[in-house]
Amino acid sequence: MGLFDKFKKGLKKTGALLNTDIRDLFKSEGRLVDEAFLDELLETLVKTDMGVKSAQAITDEVKTSYRGRVVQMEDVLASVGGKLKELMAQPEEPITLAESGPTVIMVVGVNGSGKTTSIAKLTQLFIAQGKSVVLGAGDTFRAAAVEQLKVWAGRLGAEIVAGEQGSDPASVAHRAVAKALEIGADVCIVDTAGRLQTQQNLMQELTKIHRVIGKQIADAPHEVILVLDATTGQNGISQANHFTEAVDCTGIVLAKLDGTAKGGVVVAIRQNVGLPVKYVGVGEQADDLAVFEPNSFVDALFEDMVAAG
Amino acid sequence: MREGLGEVKQALLEADVNVGVANDFIERVAEQAVGEKVLKSLDPGQHVVGIVHKELVELMGPVDHSLHLRGDVTVLMMCGLQGSGKTTTCGKLARMIRERGRKPMLVAADLQRPAAVHQLQVLGQQIGVPVYAEEGSQDPVAVCHNAVKEAKRSGADVVILDTAGRLHIDDELMQQLTRIDRRVNPEQVYLVVDGMTGQDAVNSAKAFNEALELDGLIMTKLDGDARGGAALSVKSVTGVPIKFIGVGEHLDALEEFHPDRMAGRILGMGDVLSLVEQAQQKLDQEELAAQEERLRAGEFTLDDFRKMMMQTKKLGPLNKVMGMIPGMGGMADMMGDADAEKDMNRIKGVIDSMTPDERRNPTKYIDQSRRRRIAAGAGVEPSEVKSLVDQFSAAASLMKDMAGLGVRDRMKKVQQLGRELSNPGARLAAKKLSTGKRLSPKERAQARKQREKEARRRKREQRKNN
Repeated sequence: MGLFDKFKKGLKKTGALLNTDIRDLFKSEGRLVDEAFLDELLETLVKTDMGVKSAQAITDEVKTSYRGRVVQMEDVLASVGGKLKELMAQPEEPITLAESGPTVIMVVGVNGSGKTTSIAKLTQLFIAQGKSVVLGAGDTFRAAAVEQLKVWAGRLGAEIVAGEQGSDPASVAHRAVAKALEIGADVCIVDTAGRLQTQQNLMQELTKIHRVIGKQIADAPHEVILVLDATTGQNGISQANHFTEAVDCTGIVLAKLDGTAKGGVVVAIRQNVGLPVKYVGVGEQADDLAVFEPNSFVDALFEDMVAAG
Repeated sequence: MREGLGEVKQALLEADVNVGVANDFIERVAEQAVGEKVLKSLDPGQHVVGIVHKELVELMGPVDHSLHLRGDVTVLMMCGLQGSGKTTTCGKLARMIRERGRKPMLVAADLQRPAAVHQLQVLGQQIGVPVYAEEGSQDPVAVCHNAVKEAKRSGADVVILDTAGRLHIDDELMQQLTRIDRRVNPEQVYLVVDGMTGQDAVNSAKAFNEALELDGLIMTKLDGDARGGAALSVKSVTGVPIKFIGVGEHLDALEEFHPDRMAGRILGMGDVLSLVEQAQQKLDQEELAAQEERLRAGEFTLDDFRKMMMQTKKLGPLNKVMGMIPGMGGMADMMGDADAEKDMNRIKGVIDSMTPDERRNPTKYIDQSRRRRIAAGAGVEPSEVKSLVDQFSAAASLMKDMAGLGVRDRMKKVQQLGRELSNPGARLAAKKLSTGKRLSPKERAQARKQREKEARRRKREQRKNN
């Protein structure tokens, strides 16, 4: 199964749900664009978690171009889709590798967003590309988090550097980078404990880990990935804001997109914080990770609808 | 009024309340508001907010914090999506139940996620609660069944099943939950919901409720800045009570759910009620009255300031307390948790290093040499002593202002203060007393003429006398 297919598979349920909703809006004969119509459109968009403001912006565009007309579905979809693509427009850029030496990737996020699983998937991805990977088990807070990553490292064949539970995560990060340098690994992925973005002292701890990583390799960490749960609502914006402030995030892995949640908050995040989505998680297996493609993201959402129109 | 309700709806949507739920809700409020002739009341806006708040509380209630523990073995089953916080919540519940004098047992039924069993074992060790686990087992139904038998044998009377996280659309895994439910027949089934969940909360809660007939909900991760609109969504689609909320990573951070506080949080009103209630519980009422008296008399001293500070501390971490005051939410963010506590201790140290006279009237007594002595005693810089004294005299003048006001005006004042403080760069400055009258330029010119005339007259008289 190609990556694109996988991506579509993950979004199929999402798309199906959204499609049904919008199909209800458009009768086969076309429909008059009036207040009721615009309200329904707004609601459908809000349901994707993109936030009231983004949804309002799109609805406004439909309003200015179609108000008072009887419309066919394709016309409105082209407009809605166009607006969404415009919002999410970004170069297709997965992880950028360092020019020489190991590429260091730091992974952050709130509790239970799916950091460790996403790390396992990234590891699988790199190993499939024939690269060697060192993992730093930096979640020294949660019980058994280190064991969880160790199990994955064993399954996938990656090196792992771990500390005791309760030990200093910055020192684990330091040793992981040192190990990567020592054995000449291609990639070093540093896990961190989940933390709510409002816990200032824990956010400072992240900044420290970030700094410590940079001491051995000048421009490391090369990537700082924020793992975001696709079911997250508007709090995702606050998460993106605070984590970016603390460790200068370079991108998002949108996890758990295989449920019915639409993950639309990434639209609002893109607008407000500018963070691009790099990968999406579409299952519990190690290879359930797909590169995020903004156009396909929007197309997949509206795919069935266009066909039906 | 329509406009007002539109704003309320927007607030609900921004707080992640589901669109459908928000629409129904607004309709209910609109009906009520019209029925009560809001437009005729003095302050319609506030009246609507009152109705909105009341309706929210009603929708999220009634409260039922009981775990319905029976005399013999009671089984509690926890379920939810991946990463919602089930395992941590299991630990918190077990700790709470043990504190009530019962004998809980945790059951590691999450055989999916690597090391989940180990995580529960570590938690069990931390709180001193036995954990039932079967090495290498692949069948959670059997594990749960055996665990109940083991509980009966070992004398544990509350069994908590920690099931694996699963997607509500994964039919196979949902059926597995139903099988556990049928085989073990738990007394209570709780759904653990991430407090940060968005619009999708209704879909998952509905599916879990259809598969299992839930008895309660537990919302987690509410110690962050999420508005928690999911609480309203899941309550209205399942109809079962929200029992507890998780407010921290530590194992004692599980609180009973209060709809009134949640309503304020969702509306972004600040948790005033919580604060008032906590204040009433923990502050010494007599002490408060005495302070009030002194305030009125304008005799607010550093001693009172210190007492007040210590009492505020009793309410909990300072940033939490600040976050509960409307308008001060931004402040809490800026302060962070660690620093505020540390600052409080430093201030306490400085005050403790002063003599009684200095505490009573710092501006009068504390000169440069005393400042140096106090700083040395408290282990701080002399400049910090000075800034404390400055801030104190500013605060004291504010207190004096507030002493005569009613509760509502006082709240306003605090909000205003919050706004001033959250404006970076603006410090609490000693208030300049007004002359009570503001002159127009014309009047000022007249007054100046008058003064000059007076001066000339005096000069003339002087010359005459000479």
